[in-house]
Amino acid sequence: MENQLDLENTFQARIDKGEMIEPKDWMPDHYRKHLIRQISQHAHSEIVGMLPEGNWITRAPSLRAKMVLLAKVQDEGGHGLYLYTAAETLGTDRETILDQLHTGKAKYSSIFNYPTLTWADIGAVGWLVDGAAIMNQVMLQRTSYGPYARAMVRICKEESFHQRQGYEIICKLANGTPEQKEMAQDALNRWWWPSLMMFGPRDENSPNSENAIKWKIKRETNDQLRQRFVNQTVPQAEYLGLKVPDDKLVWNEAKKGYDFGEVDWDEFNRVISGNGPCNKERLAARVKAHEEGEWVRKAAAAHAKKKNENLIAA
Amino acid sequence: MSNQDSQGPIWEVFVQKKSGQPFVHCGSLHAFDKEMALQNARDLYTRRGEGSAVWVVLSSAIVASTPEDVGPFFEPSNDKVYRHPTFYKVPDGISHM
Amino acid sequence: MTKEQSLYAYILRIADTNLIHGQRLAEWCGHGPFLEEDLALTNIALDIIGQSQALYQYAAQLNGKGQSEDDLVFHRHERQYYNAFMAELPKGDFGFTILRAYLLSVFNHHLYTALTKSSDNTIAAIASKSIKEVSYHVRHTGAWIERLGDGTDESHEKMQNALNELWRFTSDLFTVENSDSIIINDGSAVDFSTLEIAWSSQVREKLSLASLTIPQENNQQLGSRKGKHTEHLGYMLAEMQYIPRAYPDAKW
Repeated sequence: MENQLDLENTFQARIDKGEMIEPKDWMPDHYRKHLIRQISQHAHSEIVGMLPEGNWITRAPSLRAKMVLLAKVQDEGGHGLYLYTAAETLGTDRETILDQLHTGKAKYSSIFNYPTLTWADIGAVGWLVDGAAIMNQVMLQRTSYGPYARAMVRICKEESFHQRQGYEIICKLANGTPEQKEMAQDALNRWWWPSLMMFGPRDENSPNSENAIKWKIKRETNDQLRQRFVNQTVPQAEYLGLKVPDDKLVWNEAKKGYDFGEVDWDEFNRVISGNGPCNKERLAARVKAHEEGEWVRKAAAAHAKKKNENLIAA
Repeated sequence: MSNQDSQGPIWEVFVQKKSGQPFVHCGSLHAFDKEMALQNARDLYTRRGEGSAVWVVLSSAIVASTPEDVGPFFEPSNDKVYRHPTFYKVPDGISHM
Repeated sequence: MTKEQSLYAYILRIADTNLIHGQRLAEWCGHGPFLEEDLALTNIALDIIGQSQALYQYAAQLNGKGQSEDDLVFHRHERQYYNAFMAELPKGDFGFTILRAYLLSVFNHHLYTALTKSSDNTIAAIASKSIKEVSYHVRHTGAWIERLGDGTDESHEKMQNALNELWRFTSDLFTVENSDSIIINDGSAVDFSTLEIAWSSQVREKLSLASLTIPQENNQQLGSRKGKHTEHLGYMLAEMQYIPRAYPDAKW
């Protein structure tokens, strides 16, 4: 027992000093589990996130937009890959992680359970959803677990083009025909609140946050990030003549930030627990892809074996 | 046994930015054979032109040191496949590490 | 037909085939058999759509009506598209997609190799830039043909079915139009039919390595160079062109 306490204290001291934890270092079991859950959820979000945007690739309204969207969705797949492999360093494997997603045991970011109804939604997703994601990701570059931090550094390098791509679409629409403006405003109306929900529950309702902060897996709280997102994004909307769909939004000079309305936590909970607009479809699509891919994976493994590829080092 | 569904074994990827420079570990991926591992590495880790050459190595082929096994930090039964080398080069242009 | 008009139609043939094929590949985004392959297919799609973009820009120039690449892509109707039949076939299963991609990639490789010697500098430049990309496509898809053709019984059967489906659309790749002669003679274009021998030899070798059998039936479908298509293209264009056509005054 005492030894365990020593180990934990030494571990925490390393973290407090700003040291990085690597895969073969000792770590408390709950740290390991927390990370496996967080990293794999992050990975699932990237993969599921390919779907609401991917479905507009064939309908992109210009050749350039089509290529940019293809590249963005490809990046998201890549991010999922970096994260799955980072999670695997903690002693799990991709098959297991994917199985948790496919059987509904694992969560992913609730935002991807909303439908992309118009081309403007693609702009809103890049601007707001990637914007919110970036805020989380920047701080994760300094997280305590080495492979996770390194994956986040890679991801952040690639992420900046995603938000610019989205905002550029919204700009074009906001400066276009009345119908285009209306399309942009409508997308903002539907994506604003779900984007705020991306930062999770209020701090007081966030049970995992305390440990996460102590372990430097999380560097700022949900509410801190959400406030910063609002402060940053409202001027971006106003610049385009778009109205944020929040009647309580008002600048608070004393705190040098915006006061804003309350998130609909009922909606948040519904979507998180699987009853959002697209939860079933998203999961079904991923399960289908996995099942229909089984013959391919098996064939690849069989072929490698035939070629005697010696896949385990002698 | 040969008809088990899997994602393929894990490979570690090393990329050389420019000829003359060292190969740097940048992550891992799953692939079923050498050719696939090489191609996947190229698609995943060099599609922004980050490198001129790539090595892929089965994770299981890597022999890694363990952290100094002094007292608290000894992890006895670690025969895990997932090892990353304990040296790591911080990527250029990142100031927070 | 003037030389510009001939070249315009010829370039559209190549651009359309790559764009339409790219559209089919893009349908795999988020639905691949495993994540790494999702990226690989998207990579190929990006490459060939990029190639089509460069070709459309040149074609628009040649057409002399101040059009852009998007005008050509979003405002030509079914009978004005000249892609090969094979490109517009539905994506099918992964085996079908990868075999179709292989057949078209090998074609692209031989075509671009020949076009690097085009007397038209723009075409030669586009071809040079594209060769590296298509070499990789050939390598990637070719490896899969072997894995799947010679993997499990199930994968072999699916690949054979795919080949049985695709083979009757292969001669179409090599058809020559009368309008081609003026640009073949001045060296700006390559006679598609001259590519068939090398293409066929390379493809047959790969298929044989994968233990796949070329179907015996002689039912080659022809006519895509005259803007004739399968019923699939109409649906594809409706989907692809919908936004600019629905909002004609808007800029995208």
